[in-house]
Amino acid sequence: MIEARITEKLNILADAAKYDVSCASSGSKRKNENKGLGNASNGICHSYTEDGRCVSLLKILLTNHCIFDCAYCVSRKTNDIKRAAFTVQEVVDLTINFYRRNYIEGLFLSSGIFKDADYTMERLVRIAKKLRTEHNFNGYIHLKSIPGASDELTREAGLYADRLSVNLEMPTEAGLKLLAPDKNRQDMIDPMAFLNKEIIQRTEEKKLFKKAPMFAPAGQSTQVIIGATPENDNQILQTANYFYKNFNLKRVYYSGYVPVLADKRLPALNTSVPMVRENRLYQADWLLRNYGFKVDEIVNNQQPLLDLDIDPKLGWAIRNMQAFPVDINKADLQMILRVPGIGVQSAQKIVRARKFAKLNWDQLKKIGVAINRAKYFIICKSNEFERRDLTGTNIKQFILAESKSKYLKDVTTQLSIF
Amino acid sequence: MTRLVYDGTFEGLLTAVYEIYERKLTTVKLEKGEYNINGLFENLIQVTTNEVRAIRVLNGLKQKLSPIGIQRLYIAHLAGIENDDDTIVSFIRYAFDYNRNIEDDYGNKHVLRISKVVGMMRREKHRMEAFVRFQKLKDKTYYAAIQPDFNVLPLLIKHFKNRYADQKWIIYDIKREYGLYYDLHDAEFISLEFSSVKGANNVMAAFSEDEEIYQHLWKNYFNSVNIPARKNTKLHLRHIPKRYWKHLTEKI
Repeated sequence: MIEARITEKLNILADAAKYDVSCASSGSKRKNENKGLGNASNGICHSYTEDGRCVSLLKILLTNHCIFDCAYCVSRKTNDIKRAAFTVQEVVDLTINFYRRNYIEGLFLSSGIFKDADYTMERLVRIAKKLRTEHNFNGYIHLKSIPGASDELTREAGLYADRLSVNLEMPTEAGLKLLAPDKNRQDMIDPMAFLNKEIIQRTEEKKLFKKAPMFAPAGQSTQVIIGATPENDNQILQTANYFYKNFNLKRVYYSGYVPVLADKRLPALNTSVPMVRENRLYQADWLLRNYGFKVDEIVNNQQPLLDLDIDPKLGWAIRNMQAFPVDINKADLQMILRVPGIGVQSAQKIVRARKFAKLNWDQLKKIGVAINRAKYFIICKSNEFERRDLTGTNIKQFILAESKSKYLKDVTTQLSIF
Repeated sequence: MTRLVYDGTFEGLLTAVYEIYERKLTTVKLEKGEYNINGLFENLIQVTTNEVRAIRVLNGLKQKLSPIGIQRLYIAHLAGIENDDDTIVSFIRYAFDYNRNIEDDYGNKHVLRISKVVGMMRREKHRMEAFVRFQKLKDKTYYAAIQPDFNVLPLLIKHFKNRYADQKWIIYDIKREYGLYYDLHDAEFISLEFSSVKGANNVMAAFSEDEEIYQHLWKNYFNSVNIPARKNTKLHLRHIPKRYWKHLTEKI
């Protein structure tokens, strides 16, 4: 049965692709102007798996045959698993039919390396080209750039894909050497540098000629695996910051290592996934991209680890008590954004609303400020405010005492089994 | 206090605002529905929806609010939440009485409440854009049944028309018994005759040949991408609350 065979392939090749955590389908601006199928703009999560992760794209490998032997990867050549490969037409049919039923925003296509980099990349590009040119498909396409593929193929990929990504895999070169001896960090940086140059150039062209073709309108992203090698948070975030600054990456994804293989270089199979640490890294990443923090304010050589008990924004605040209290009715937006318990939306509402009248505690609460955290750091239109001269450590204890960590609950449910 | 009974339309609500100013009313309460005298001594006015009066109020609002601000009032009204008609009226009166645009005055309880309701509507609209699951029928029409918390169907037209321009589709709100039909050119509101409510949800007899194959493949895909070592039921349920499951192919 053809149907049974496709089902089996899909199971194998989706399972092998799932450790790539990137799921974004946003940041593009591809419109449906040819009365064809689909568009790509704001990103929609169509479903969520039982682990709570978003399902936005059909995320599959073209094949899990691979000539490399990377210790952390299920598809490594010495791993004894079932292998499969899709044909170009099969991937096209799955994408179109899933898309028409509103299951997905588009396709995220990656692949094991069979034969060589160019041979693999050429097939990925062929699928994207077929979707765009033969099926008028305007949905989102995310392609992996295969390290070592020619500039020509990478450029062609940019013409059909919304986003391209090369995974750095390990936060540092030393980590990569340890776990992926066949891979070379420079081979990953080269295509990122090439794409960055190309994206900048094409964006300039598009400003001059409206008709110029789009080139990877949703930019580039990358992924690093966390917890498989001994890098600290400082090294990881400095690496992320370097790539944000120098390669204009849209996103860096942090993938907590899921122990799938026994290898003496890797954490043991029963090690739990570092989910709290991964969460703290994402919070820190958000502070870099959306809250105007500099990486050294969050981690540095003296403070190389993120606090697992509290989020990095609260961490910064209690280390910098001299910056507080902030007067909600006077401080500028950048400073209000730095107050624990106030997010981007609330901060914007505050600076708009205070033009009408000074705000008090009740109004701040209704606007959406988490008063139980913010109260130690702000004053507003009220005679009530924190008068005690509390140290950062005191505040941390108070906040921890009255909030129950979502992760702490996980621990108790696990214990109650016994 | 004066009670104003109106027909439940946005035009009707604007007409009611006209009445409030015309009769110089102070404390009011809006009610949808039929004119019904319960108490003899009650102040009760039946508002007859009047296009001219509604437009006068609307034009007045245009002097005071941005186009987006007016659209937000329409969206808040579409939500149909009990008592929030009064919030909308209070918002409008506040807008008229103040000498500058009050849309951003989140310290005001009516402005903040409208912002909350619009947020709820946008969230539900976004959920429907995500959770609609089309099923391909024999005549190549793609059919989806939905049961959103709020009446968001009118807000879905643009998104689905742009996205699925080359296929015929129907999105049917089972709860409110009306739907949207796109015929490759235009989208229009329709109502369908099903033998029972269950009929709207069960169109398997009319499936196209490949429909079951793709549903099967999608369910398989959904299970394959899950990482059991990261199981997090609480997060899962926060993203897709159970009430949406009955229309999600992968959760049935």
